[in-house]
Amino acid sequence: MTDKPLISVRNLSVHFPLSGSFFGPKLFVRAVDHVSIDIAPGTFFGLVGESGSGKTTLGRALLKAVPLTSGSVRYSDNGVDYDLKDISKAELKEYRKRCQLIFQDPYAALSPRMTVRDIIAEPLEVMKLTSSRKETDERVREIATKCRLNLEHLRRFPHAFSGGQRQRISIARALVCKPRFLVADECVAALDVSIQADILNLLNSLQKEMGLTFLFISHDLSVVAHTCDHVAVMYLGQIVEIAPTKKLFAKTRHPYTKALLSAIPHLDPDAEKTAIKLEGEIPSPINPPSGCKFHTRCPHVQDRCKVEAPEWREIDDDHFVACHFSEELNL
Amino acid sequence: MTLLKVENLTLGFDTDEGRITAIDDVSFELEAGEIMGLVGESGSGKSVMAKSLMQLNARNAVYSPTSRITLHDDENGREIDVLSLTKAQDLKVIRGGSISMIFQEPMASFAPAITIGDQMVEQLLLHTSMSKREATDFSIEMLNRVGISDAKHRFKQYAFELSGGMRQRAMIAMALSTRPKLLIADEPTTALDVTIQAQVLDLMKDIVAEFGMAILLITHDLGVIAQTADRVAVMYLGKIVETGSVRQIIRTPQHPYTKGLLNALPDLDDLGAPLTPISGDIPSPLERPSGCVFHTRCSQIIEGRCDVALPEVTDVGAGHGVSCFAVTSSVETSV
Repeated sequence: MTDKPLISVRNLSVHFPLSGSFFGPKLFVRAVDHVSIDIAPGTFFGLVGESGSGKTTLGRALLKAVPLTSGSVRYSDNGVDYDLKDISKAELKEYRKRCQLIFQDPYAALSPRMTVRDIIAEPLEVMKLTSSRKETDERVREIATKCRLNLEHLRRFPHAFSGGQRQRISIARALVCKPRFLVADECVAALDVSIQADILNLLNSLQKEMGLTFLFISHDLSVVAHTCDHVAVMYLGQIVEIAPTKKLFAKTRHPYTKALLSAIPHLDPDAEKTAIKLEGEIPSPINPPSGCKFHTRCPHVQDRCKVEAPEWREIDDDHFVACHFSEELNL
Repeated sequence: MTLLKVENLTLGFDTDEGRITAIDDVSFELEAGEIMGLVGESGSGKSVMAKSLMQLNARNAVYSPTSRITLHDDENGREIDVLSLTKAQDLKVIRGGSISMIFQEPMASFAPAITIGDQMVEQLLLHTSMSKREATDFSIEMLNRVGISDAKHRFKQYAFELSGGMRQRAMIAMALSTRPKLLIADEPTTALDVTIQAQVLDLMKDIVAEFGMAILLITHDLGVIAQTADRVAVMYLGKIVETGSVRQIIRTPQHPYTKGLLNALPDLDDLGAPLTPISGDIPSPLERPSGCVFHTRCSQIIEGRCDVALPEVTDVGAGHGVSCFAVTSSVETSV
């Protein structure tokens, strides 16, 4: 990447302690384990993986919504820099004006007792970004128009809206404080395909218009393929592959990514069945496998994988992978 | 052989705001050994339809007098009129006897405080003449059959001790152990990851081949339908707007709604292609549009016709039926 990254994550780990037995060894859930990523400004950065792989925890770590165990997360935007590991409370407040989260379930994310106007205005009031009610109303109306909400609907309550409209309200609320960086955590997973396309198009046009940067978390590879510029694939708390979207989908270099891609049901009923069947399920992050964490399910596993953790390396221009045998495997 | 015949099913719910029509004049047939896919957006009535096959809808459900659901029971050669059943003793046949159901959220459909094994044995004691010991052995065998390793141990565990994919497998094992003629699968893989989804779908296909039962597969994922179903029915606002074989529907969709659903899907072979949403939202069932129910969102609307009259089913070839004026008129002009 030539641009200076907006978000730079180095060796980040997030471990949650478990209340094990008093005398036994202390147990940790290794939700995120030694992750390094760079997110360039003005891009959609996709994060995919199965449930339990740590996608959401990584997304929250970038907003400092979970405590960071080790490593660093840096934000730098036109001379404004924050280091999230040792950020002060006052600085964190400033940081949160710049970074917002869009939630998965638009039915649970909106308070049923507030009108749409109040929901969208709440961040402005909490962060004291506006000085008068008139100014707040103006900002609300401006962002509502951008998110293609009907201004007459601002006085209504969320129950009157469909899933797609609610998600647009959620997006408006996240954008009202004019953030620079957004974490969209499975923001279309709860929507029908016909509505999903609409929300993805909206995010795309907002990104161009407002120059936003997205961390787009999803379990759906086809959605990520269509939306994102870069994709990172996560497995059991670690990133196993990062590449520009086109490169990743043209030639993946990690067996896990390959398996994920081949498991997507193809729309053609007569498509050749080349799905690589992964045996079993994702192991527990409390006691992850030794060596390469994917070795228990990998169809190409060799003895070396079981003992030695693969190095994180650049296999091709801007294409990173963690696998011993990327060159030899013809995926 | 026709296993299930649904004729003119019309179903509404009485609420404080009046009667809400959930299913409007739906007819279809299901053959033994066939997987039929039912697709549509949320709110289109897919689940209500499935539940009416087992009479599981809420008490305020009102079926119209012309509605008829017939289930053929080939062993006794008799036909069961599903909607006429009222006594608990008779309902047992359609609830877990001849018809079984798999739900979307396997965590919510197992009782949390009873072991998986006890739940499996209980239903076998209710529906078959097995003794408790036979039921236990058979249940463990079924768990093995659906690919659960260490089945004897899992049999004694609770639902929370199993992972999502494993729970859904146990659910399938439980639904199949009474050897139903029809399995209703309501979004069986929606809560699962793609890798686990592939495993569960394969399992379901194997089971149809082995047991010769029919599956009604409800999903909103057209990819799942394309890979699993033999026939497809597309539902919108309580009406079936298009039916046909899976190839007809996926390759040559006729109804603007089916086309819209397919166009809205991201295409992995062409990453640059723009996504085309279907404009607008599904209308509230309280404000059902007049005429063709889809006309408020349709791109091929014929003014003065679609918003007034209800389109009939047109056969566009080899069992491919469409209810749409735009399609009918183009068929007429070409003839």
